[in-house]
Amino acid sequence: MKILVPIKRVPDPATTIRVMPDGSGIATDNVKWVINPFDEIAIEEALRIKEKQQGEVVLVTIGQSTWQEQLRTGLAMGADRAILVKTDTALDSLAIAGLLAKVAEEQKPDLIILGKQAIDDDSNQVPQMVAEMLGWPQATFASKVEFADKKCTVVREVDGGLETIAFNLPGVISTDLRLNEPRYASLPGIMKARKKELKEVAADSLGVDLAPKLKIKTLAAPPKRQAGKKVGSVQELVQVLHTEAKVI
Amino acid sequence: MGDVLIFAEHQLGHFPKTTLTAIHAGLELAQKRGGKAIAVVASDNPDALAADIAKYGVAKVIALASPALKNYLADAHAQALANLVKSTGAEYVLATATAIGKDLMPRLAARMKAPMASDISAIGDDGTVIRPMYAGNAMATVEMDGPVKVITVRGTAFDASKPGDAAAPVEKVSAEIDTASAKMEFVAFNQTKSDRPQLTEARIVVSGGRGLKSGDNFKTVLEPLVDEMGAAMGASRAAVDAGFVPNDLQVGQTGKVVAPELYVAVGISGAIQHLAGMKDSKIIVAINKDEEAPIFNVADYGLVADLFKAVPEMAEEVKKAKAH
Repeated sequence: MKILVPIKRVPDPATTIRVMPDGSGIATDNVKWVINPFDEIAIEEALRIKEKQQGEVVLVTIGQSTWQEQLRTGLAMGADRAILVKTDTALDSLAIAGLLAKVAEEQKPDLIILGKQAIDDDSNQVPQMVAEMLGWPQATFASKVEFADKKCTVVREVDGGLETIAFNLPGVISTDLRLNEPRYASLPGIMKARKKELKEVAADSLGVDLAPKLKIKTLAAPPKRQAGKKVGSVQELVQVLHTEAKVI
Repeated sequence: MGDVLIFAEHQLGHFPKTTLTAIHAGLELAQKRGGKAIAVVASDNPDALAADIAKYGVAKVIALASPALKNYLADAHAQALANLVKSTGAEYVLATATAIGKDLMPRLAARMKAPMASDISAIGDDGTVIRPMYAGNAMATVEMDGPVKVITVRGTAFDASKPGDAAAPVEKVSAEIDTASAKMEFVAFNQTKSDRPQLTEARIVVSGGRGLKSGDNFKTVLEPLVDEMGAAMGASRAAVDAGFVPNDLQVGQTGKVVAPELYVAVGISGAIQHLAGMKDSKIIVAINKDEEAPIFNVADYGLVADLFKAVPEMAEEVKKAKAH
């Protein structure tokens, strides 16, 4: 099975996010860059599938040259080869999905698996968009993935419980937190990764309209909550909720 | 120009509060963009539901019918809605960012080559919308370009529409769906059974974190407080990952976003990703034995205490307070 795993480079989730005073973006001087945690889960799932059945795991990312670092990390985890679609501008979800669909048309994977959302953007759009552009079925927020030949059964985390859907490959799956726990890259893995193929292609050479349709005009810090107070006892807490806050 | 199609999600024959929120947001958007708000009920049998939603202030309801719309499936629903957008000439499609909204709307957007703003918290007067990024640590003002624009709204950011006396006209439309191209199969839905209010609809939410130490403790220590307060129960990601409680109780950046009148965080340290899911609650209470826990930075009332003592005590005190 050939599995395509799109990944995104994002600030480490533990980063303290500071909005620039002019609202043009976030301060990046203190940022440690990592693979989007949900995409790591996708890589792990792809590797597990490859371990169970024969296959190839191909990573793809859309970003600057420096994003090679994240591709190498994925290769070190065990992916087979990687593609960097090079662009210096931030692209919107439609453009990203369009590029991924083009890569998929060329690579012809049986499965595309990626994170449900990037923790910087929090849009949760690209997997669904890619599926639509390819005319493939989609299973988002996956917490369990199983195969019986070409048939894929996915358990999804939805409101109020778990939903199970099925489809024949090829399809697109987006990962949720509890699908798996990603492995760390081993030292031998890191060494091997250096020799694995990492191909670069220019984003504007793929014949996809990259003109942004969704534009971020400005960023602002969210309204801050007023500092509260500490209470000394449960009695005081309930009292104050009853009489002061009047919520119980 | 300016017409808004509102996807009126329904479950088991009724509309959840999140749909009434979508109606409210859709009405606001239509008013600001100089168009009409049109509710769309998609189902194999939408008539009764359509008649119900017609009383919530929209200009019109479209009862979109097809056997292929019996269960929610992304490809069939996206097709049906895309065809409806074309035939109505609507400029906006709006839904609440529920599991279905999040699954469906981007697929619809791609089908229409339309930009989409996810999980918005406010509608500007000038066609822009505001949405959270970086786990809510930055609020982005975004604008969308194109004849069609897709929006999902954060369920906690808008009020729920209330029903009135006037009923809007209902138009029956047969959905155009090429079933041969619909490739997804619904297998099963395992609903988490609970008599408690839904997390996203409750006035009070009591959430437990890793500090509870076990699923059993959730039952024996936290649940009595939850039930004494008539609350919904939530959990931190840590508690869900540890297997203490099912996944659909998770409150946070990548779980549910709630904004109840009262949010009680028990044994939850207050990681940014958790705060992202509850910091718009009106009143926040934190009970944690670590006085440095970040949760105290957002709590209106904080109690530094051992939850295994404090929580049962609190259940008792609430019971007494109710008796007055």
